[in-house]
Amino acid sequence: MPRETLDSKLTQIQDEIYLLGSMVEQAVLDATNTLKTRDLKEAKRIYEEDTVINEKRFALENAIIILLATQQPFARDLRLLAAMLLVVNELERMADYAKGIAKINIKIGKSDIAIPVRDFQKMAEQSVSMLHRGLDAFLKQNPNQAAAIPQEDDIVDDLYTKIYHETIQYAIANPSQMDEANDILWIAHNLERFADRVTNICERTIFITTGELMEMSSNDDEGDVSDS
Amino acid sequence: MRSSKLNGNSKIIAKDFNLFYGDFQALKDINVDIPEHAITSIIGPSGCGKSTFLRSINRMNELIPSVRTTGNIFLDNENIFTQDVVELRKQVGMVFQRPNPFPKSIFDNVAYGPRAHGLKNKAVLVDIVEKSLVQAALWEEVKDNLNKSGLALSGGQQQRLCIARALAVEPQVILMDEPASALDPIATLKIEELIQNLKKEYTIVIVTHNMQQAARASDYTMVFNMYPDRSGYIIEYGKTTQVFTNPREKITEDYISGRFG
Repeated sequence: MPRETLDSKLTQIQDEIYLLGSMVEQAVLDATNTLKTRDLKEAKRIYEEDTVINEKRFALENAIIILLATQQPFARDLRLLAAMLLVVNELERMADYAKGIAKINIKIGKSDIAIPVRDFQKMAEQSVSMLHRGLDAFLKQNPNQAAAIPQEDDIVDDLYTKIYHETIQYAIANPSQMDEANDILWIAHNLERFADRVTNICERTIFITTGELMEMSSNDDEGDVSDS
Repeated sequence: MRSSKLNGNSKIIAKDFNLFYGDFQALKDINVDIPEHAITSIIGPSGCGKSTFLRSINRMNELIPSVRTTGNIFLDNENIFTQDVVELRKQVGMVFQRPNPFPKSIFDNVAYGPRAHGLKNKAVLVDIVEKSLVQAALWEEVKDNLNKSGLALSGGQQQRLCIARALAVEPQVILMDEPASALDPIATLKIEELIQNLKKEYTIVIVTHNMQQAARASDYTMVFNMYPDRSGYIIEYGKTTQVFTNPREKITEDYISGRFG
């Protein structure tokens, strides 16, 4: 194997992307959980620890650029590194959604608005499950596994629609809590976008293995709403 | 066996071309179209017939007594094997790996070809020498020293002098066999930039072991490989942008990724 240096550095970067992915998963699960516990101290910790994820993303980006410059990869190696650059960016943006949820939690503060905690947890668990498997498919370069994931986005979208309608009805019945109702919608939107970004990762898995850049989702056209 | 036709007008067409050194078959069933006014690079592992194919295009291999060929190569749809070889080599110039200026002045190096073809008019020669040196991006560096020996130039300058010498007979095709492998990185980039300009008027075919060079400098890339009996064939041929980002063949992938060869 004449490319042992490149291969071992690629493995290191893949391990680090795994780690970054776990941090992002934990951040969104924790942020959603604090909506249930209303632990604002914990929400503040999640909000602040986003900087750790940002730093890790930059470190990874740097390592990838160094590898591009020093190893001058072609073909699949080149596609893999280009895809990794995009995926670390996606992961960082997904962490911003967790940060955004923590920020909204703090903003809602002591308000007595009913937070649809169960549905938020379902959204978060589904999204994290998708990310976990999507990242696994990416790092194992398994296009079949990746291709099966985006359709699960419908589960998250349905939950979003359900929360949306319930929250609008709540706001109509409780006009004095219009602001808080709006905050609830932002949380739902963040979780919905989190899942959308898994699709982008799956698209890159297809790109690495086939060289084809193709859109896998049909309903990923909404504007981006997150804290950043 | 693969037949490959790319976009653009074909300048050179190889049809069922085979080449033997005695009993050893060095090239097997080469079918390929090389487009005009483009740079086509030939890459592949050592010993797979890249240079042999390049040298076939101006019949340089005929200088080796044991060489035998079957099939045909066409230049502008004319069979090169039925043409006068001197006339063919006027149309198809060649630049080699090591700069090989003649031990003559810069002027005489460039004027050598036109003189050999019978041109005696001094004023015309002066024009040709200037034009060729300009095209070879050497004029500004040597215009005040045209009587200096070609051997007194730096390696990169010598190689550009050899390119000017090839251009002076107004060829249509320039074959380059590892033209930058003996040069430093700056001289290499100068040659690469130079051939980008030359392709407007010429068709360029370049053999290189330097994958980055093929990726940087060529429009099309032809990948040679060899069969277990060591005869060379074309495994893949396509736009350079495609070959280096998404090759069709696993062998190409492994070769350009540095995983064999």
